[in-house]
Amino acid sequence: MELFIEERDTVTLVHVKEERLDAHNSVDLKVKIQELFDTGKKNVLINLQDVRFIDSSGLGALVSGFKNASSHHGNLKLASLQPQVKSMFELTRLHRVFEIFSTTAEAIDNF
Amino acid sequence: MKREIEVDIKVPNQTRYLSLIGRIGEDLARELDKYQGDRETLAYHINLVLTEAMANAIKHANVNDPEKYVHICINITDDDLFIKVYDSGQGFDISNIPKPDFEKLDDSGRGVFIIKSLMDKVTYHRINGENVLEMSKNLK
Repeated sequence: MELFIEERDTVTLVHVKEERLDAHNSVDLKVKIQELFDTGKKNVLINLQDVRFIDSSGLGALVSGFKNASSHHGNLKLASLQPQVKSMFELTRLHRVFEIFSTTAEAIDNF
Repeated sequence: MKREIEVDIKVPNQTRYLSLIGRIGEDLARELDKYQGDRETLAYHINLVLTEAMANAIKHANVNDPEKYVHICINITDDDLFIKVYDSGQGFDISNIPKPDFEKLDDSGRGVFIIKSLMDKVTYHRINGENVLEMSKNLK
């Protein structure tokens, strides 16, 4: 899976550079998020701008990341969801769990 | 004139083929020029149910055995969509899986709920030594 990671102030910004986040590649994202919290990162922002398609394993990887954040007293937030991806969060009620922002800039201001 | 398209495909039991099958489903939806709803949403939904059903077959029924195959049959007309996903494994009856508990944050268990939410009818049965997950949706 192609991920681009950069630091912006106190936030670790993870750009998911994939069109699909599915059962084929979601484990990579799950492992990377776990690694970030395990190495002491506290604020992780996932930029989903390039992700056009997400399935239940993609959602599961993000849920895993959210729980990892909580157990490390950190935060995991999401930004730039495409409409169909956002509708999957709504269908599975996960929009009530995650803090979701329209842009990465807006998300960074809210950590 | 009633049009009917049928796609019958077998792919190795590996997750790398999920995107191929999903893409085929999307392209089929875009052929439905008489469909009254939002065709892009329908395309996404077909991609999603194919991805979820195939991922279930790979992981649970064929237990990640890369030597096995997943057999998928898609039949689409202006009126209906039928999808059959065959597995030759031990079976994984998704029709009996309960709805997820939305208050509990589990990593998995949403795939079957997604399929049932987006399709009208979902059944799972054994036929000629294979298991088949059948899903249908009315497009009118």
